Amino acid sequence: MGEFNSSQLDRLKEEILGSREDQKTCITICGGTGCHAYGCLKVAQGFKEEIRRQKLLDKVDVRTTGCHGFCERGPIVVIQPEGIFYQRIKLEDIQEVISETIEKKKIINRLLYVDPRTGRRIVCEKDVPFYKMQKRIIFGNNGLIDPSDIQDYIAVDGYKALSRILFDMTAEEVIAEIKDSGLRGRGGAGFPTGEKWEICRAAKGDVKYVICNADEGDPGAYMDRSLLEGNPHSVIEGMIIGAYAIGASEGFIYVRLEYPLAVKNVTIAIEQARKLGLLGKSILGSEFGFDIHIFRGAGAFVSGEETSLMASIEGRRAFPRQRPPFPAQEGLWGKPTNINNVETWANVPLIINRGADWYSQIGTRGSKGTKIFSLVGKINNTGLVEVPMGMTLREIIYGIGGGVKDNKKFKAVQTGGPSGGCIPADKLDLPIDFETLIQAGSMMGSGGMIVMDEETCMVDVARYFLNFTQEESCGKCVPCRIGTRQLVEILTRITEGNGEEDDIAKLEALARTVKSGSLCGLGQTAPNPVLTTIRYFHDEYEAHIKKKSCPALSCKDLIVYYIEPKKCVGCLLCLKNCPVGAISGERKKVHVIDQDLCIKCGACLDVCPPKVMAVSKYTGKKKEQIIKQSVKRARR
Amino acid sequence: MEDNVNEFNKNQKELIHILHKIQIQFGYIPAQTIAQISRQLKVSESEIFGVLTFYKAFTLKPRGEHLITICMGTACHVRGAPVILDEFRRKLGIESGETTADNLFTLETVNCVGACALGPIVIADGEYHGQMKTRGVSGVIDNLKQRKGTAQKNG
Repeated sequence: MGEFNSSQLDRLKEEILGSREDQKTCITICGGTGCHAYGCLKVAQGFKEEIRRQKLLDKVDVRTTGCHGFCERGPIVVIQPEGIFYQRIKLEDIQEVISETIEKKKIINRLLYVDPRTGRRIVCEKDVPFYKMQKRIIFGNNGLIDPSDIQDYIAVDGYKALSRILFDMTAEEVIAEIKDSGLRGRGGAGFPTGEKWEICRAAKGDVKYVICNADEGDPGAYMDRSLLEGNPHSVIEGMIIGAYAIGASEGFIYVRLEYPLAVKNVTIAIEQARKLGLLGKSILGSEFGFDIHIFRGAGAFVSGEETSLMASIEGRRAFPRQRPPFPAQEGLWGKPTNINNVETWANVPLIINRGADWYSQIGTRGSKGTKIFSLVGKINNTGLVEVPMGMTLREIIYGIGGGVKDNKKFKAVQTGGPSGGCIPADKLDLPIDFETLIQAGSMMGSGGMIVMDEETCMVDVARYFLNFTQEESCGKCVPCRIGTRQLVEILTRITEGNGEEDDIAKLEALARTVKSGSLCGLGQTAPNPVLTTIRYFHDEYEAHIKKKSCPALSCKDLIVYYIEPKKCVGCLLCLKNCPVGAISGERKKVHVIDQDLCIKCGACLDVCPPKVMAVSKYTGKKKEQIIKQSVKRARR
Repeated sequence: MEDNVNEFNKNQKELIHILHKIQIQFGYIPAQTIAQISRQLKVSESEIFGVLTFYKAFTLKPRGEHLITICMGTACHVRGAPVILDEFRRKLGIESGETTADNLFTLETVNCVGACALGPIVIADGEYHGQMKTRGVSGVIDNLKQRKGTAQKNG
């Protein structure tokens, strides 16, 4: 299909659209990771079989699409063209959906989403509050297309931008357009993309590379995964456009090991693009040639850092190196290389299609466009949300996210992964962009947004992140290798109740050393979680160190589980569920926990019926009293 | 001279691909394969050893018949993943990264599988178990005992 050219692309699109009836019913099933885990594949299979059985094949299409984002409600099924939104669909529901909604056009109430604030059932996807406040310019097509079918992408104007730049724009014009759009790198640091391309284009050398960084390592962030899985062609198209602008002939997509579905879908997408002549020699009949290879990561967080990533592609340990020279000057195998993140690449075709002027109207003065966040943790509506830069945390967490789970009190939101920090409640009205987050002591990172409530201990969160970076430190720079370890040790002893008077000062001094003495972003930002939690939650540190108490009732060594004698009805439930047999008692008599045996797993609290709620957690002085009581009882 | 160096570098670029293949095929990297790769790619054995121990994807020891992976991502952490891990450690009598003496179970942790809505998540032989509770742990283990192992496929 080497002769495939741009006019043929237009014709193919016409053909695809022509063969599809506009108003034909299409059952789309979300095939994202979350829904996968809920068993969406079986649901999709079930729909297909039922459609076949009822001989509706010519009336109804069934399509497994990319991630819809509302993972909390999976498996998600949307019926087009009406956009009827059914959630938490089980195999048993399939028959009814087909006989009622597909055949009789009747809505099944019990499958609709209920807005918890108003109690109203919502029929259409676009009216669900979770989606209503979003601006899904990058992510929106995910729910419409089958990622394993290039025709679906072409049908929504896919590869139109590529066709345009190849024949109507010079490389310089493409770079100018991206620069004018104000697009900044979505991987975390926010470097202006157009400028990066310009530097790489200007670099001397015949051989140049472009790389897509899909080594999404920040725990709690999975938007890159969903884009690659759900709309791989948008990333590929972005890369081809970038390669044309820079003058690169080869590209790599570096995908994290833990994302097998992304690898699969990107592999299929690359093969299909090659077949149509959208990758390879003389793309769309032009003089420009470019091809992409997939590189599977091998499980090292530090490979997300650009110089480490290149070392990894070269087959070496993922050690970062000194910059300059920057990759744009000396990158992969010493050649000029341009690295951008998945989401950044996916923005590119959009900017070309709709223009820099349109794009730059979205967002704030310094940060243009939208950003996809993964809104997770103690939040009602977990999922991926795409919002214009400049939206406030409150709008995202309460408007889109529906507030904190179980009506608990909001404590903090963690952004930027292990490089970021925790932002407290009094900063909820902060409009989010690259700069405001840094001023707050955190950063954008790749877009993780982990909501924490009153039961999350901030010292423990700092310990968690430092433990993470300590394990993932490659070991090259001593301050990072040993400094993070020391930070973990101090934080651990604080959470265990062995904190010392000057520990906070020690943490701060050590944090400064690690920050200034490390070569790459991992070490330079690793202390951020410690510094922000000390800055905003000083009192929690003090409580742990001075009062040996954990106000969030979370640190195992500082709490006890206690059965309130006045509330316990003696139902034996906790006794039966205690994995270590620490609970004694008889039916209809008050149960008691032997504090010596208790491993603090919380099973008793989990199983105690909501009406009874006899199990409480205590810390500090009250905890000591309970332990004394328990020892006395044991002696008796 | 430069050509030689380039040739050498290009050879090493295959190293991680090859290690992935071996890991998937055997479930670990058998020691004798290191010398083989070294001869083939003209990369020193120490370098290969360095690379394979750097990355978590590669193991020098075979895994057990069943693989249990606990997600330790931030979202799972705040929803109680450490307690779940503790329970698996206690029930299986091994630490994370170890295999039981009867070679039935390997326990591992992962930094985030990107299914945060379901946290805390446990992946048992590739199957996701969301919203795990401590009392669900023995069920997961018993379930695995009843079927033939497929752990190697996850490599």
